[in-house]
Amino acid sequence: MNAFTQWFLDRAPALDVVYKKHMTEYYAPKNFNVMYYFGSLALLVLVNQIVTGIFLTMFYTPTAAGAFDSVQYIMRDVHWGWLVRYMHVTGASMFFIVIYLHMFRGLMYGSYKKPRELVWLLGMLIFLALMAEAFMGYVLPWGNMSFWGAKVIITLFSAVPVIGEQLVNWIMGSFVPSDPTLNRFFALHVVALPLVLLLLVVLHLGALHEVGSNNPDGVEIKKHKGPNGHPLDGIPFHPYYTLKDLAGVGVFLVICAIIIFFEPTVGGFFLEHDNSIPANDLVTPATIKPVWYFSPFYAILRMIPSKGWGVIALALSIIVLFLVPWLDRGKVKSIRYRGLGYKIALTIFAIVFVLLAAIGADLTPGWIVSIFGPNADITTIENLFGRTLVILYFGFFVFLWAYTFFGWEKTKPVPERVTTHA
Amino acid sequence: MADESINKGRRRFLTASTAVIGGAGLIITAIPFVETWLPSARAESAGAPVTVGIGKIEPGQMVRYGWRSQPVFVVNRTPEQLQWLPKQDPRLRDPDSRESEQPKYCQNATRSIKPEWMVLIGICTHLGCVPDYKGEVKPESFDPNWKGGFYCPCHHSRYDLAARVYQGVPAPLNMVVPPYHFVDDTHIQIGVDPKGAAA
Repeated sequence: MNAFTQWFLDRAPALDVVYKKHMTEYYAPKNFNVMYYFGSLALLVLVNQIVTGIFLTMFYTPTAAGAFDSVQYIMRDVHWGWLVRYMHVTGASMFFIVIYLHMFRGLMYGSYKKPRELVWLLGMLIFLALMAEAFMGYVLPWGNMSFWGAKVIITLFSAVPVIGEQLVNWIMGSFVPSDPTLNRFFALHVVALPLVLLLLVVLHLGALHEVGSNNPDGVEIKKHKGPNGHPLDGIPFHPYYTLKDLAGVGVFLVICAIIIFFEPTVGGFFLEHDNSIPANDLVTPATIKPVWYFSPFYAILRMIPSKGWGVIALALSIIVLFLVPWLDRGKVKSIRYRGLGYKIALTIFAIVFVLLAAIGADLTPGWIVSIFGPNADITTIENLFGRTLVILYFGFFVFLWAYTFFGWEKTKPVPERVTTHA
Repeated sequence: MADESINKGRRRFLTASTAVIGGAGLIITAIPFVETWLPSARAESAGAPVTVGIGKIEPGQMVRYGWRSQPVFVVNRTPEQLQWLPKQDPRLRDPDSRESEQPKYCQNATRSIKPEWMVLIGICTHLGCVPDYKGEVKPESFDPNWKGGFYCPCHHSRYDLAARVYQGVPAPLNMVVPPYHFVDDTHIQIGVDPKGAAA
């Protein structure tokens, strides 16, 4: 330890305690696999969003008259402005890819189960805050999709009984999305929600480090400790996992760089073509659809033939995720030792999620025409297909509860210690 | 010598009363912050009534005006267009406009003050898009029995010429009729009820 570090620690010994607790003496299971990269990658993307976001704020104008032009100014005139914006835009989509995989990992290995329910709940709150953050960020460029996306999403609140209409006007600060809407979304996107996100991330990690990480075998490594008091199957997070994660970061950044430099719009999925047209409050874009990461939930809304129930189903599809730790009564955590029913159900659920995303992204009409010919009744077929998927989406959670509550699940014996596949 | 024993009841009372009064203070302080989000005086004044001339709208023609930054459609309906309205009732979701939003004086068969003049806010009741005016009585690709009306490009909701929604489309309600009145034969004021009319 050099004199400089010693000088600090003499004055703030608590820093060393915190550093040890969360880094050099945080013992993580030694059998992490590739699914365990996404937590640290999410943190990396968060840092990217904050840094690139700060620089975008320096050139962006949050007014209905100036917003669209200022984004064009960033893209064309500001030195490297295009790079900063593409990093921010790509980061937004990558954030959701990473978070969805991170959540899927939790479902695979039962990371939401006792004693980690709080970690899951805080993670879900992060997901919720992230959706709000992404939606408001999407509105800021004030393109025509920004405008109509804002209008449609805010109008969802009109489904609230009695106060619906006033609620919509309160959120917009006007009768249509306009300057007040843009200004408050800017404030929330740039100041309020990032603070909330950072706080939630600290709590999420704090709650995790209290109970310790789960692992692909779903066994508690704290049960078997060596003479030094550290788990036999654990290794210090630093340097072991910091270095492993660094390798993951390398691969991840290569993928991001390919997107940013060669295909930043990803065929209109990361950055929608219709949003290159300025906002027009009298003309709706011909096909209005949300960005890809909202499309599974949007599909659920669209497939319900009633406005009120559609909004309720949309809300339920997210609320039900919060309840997973209590719906799943099974004691076995990892999919490796769970019943066949769970493996099949989770696979179907993942496929259903992707197909719902395809419906929400308006890909199905093309598929239907290519399968059933040009005269196919697109609306009827799409509704039939989509409503089946909605039932399967919610069916997963009903099944999960019944399967574990009635003891139908036949689990395999769980090993005492983690297994290695060397 | 002071009494060293702890009066738990008093301590609880003081804790609870501090929390309640502090909480009430916080809620009251929150009100102005929450209300900053209401449409401001400027936005409200942009919601002021507008008077528009309709004398030059040909029969069968639709013209759009802006009111509160919303498109207001004014249609001069022809007798041919009007005769189809009652015949559409069985195909409609809310033919008598019981659930839908319109001033009382427009809750009638033509949803208007004068039968030929249809005034409506041209915003789809599904998710707020602006429907197209398809006024001609002729078969359309989306409906071979089309008797004129409005067609939303977003999610294919359809309305008749009284802006009443058809069954089997995502929109739940008929399009909104704003408050309006005739200033004279060729001018209407949008945003103000007729004198003496109960909205």
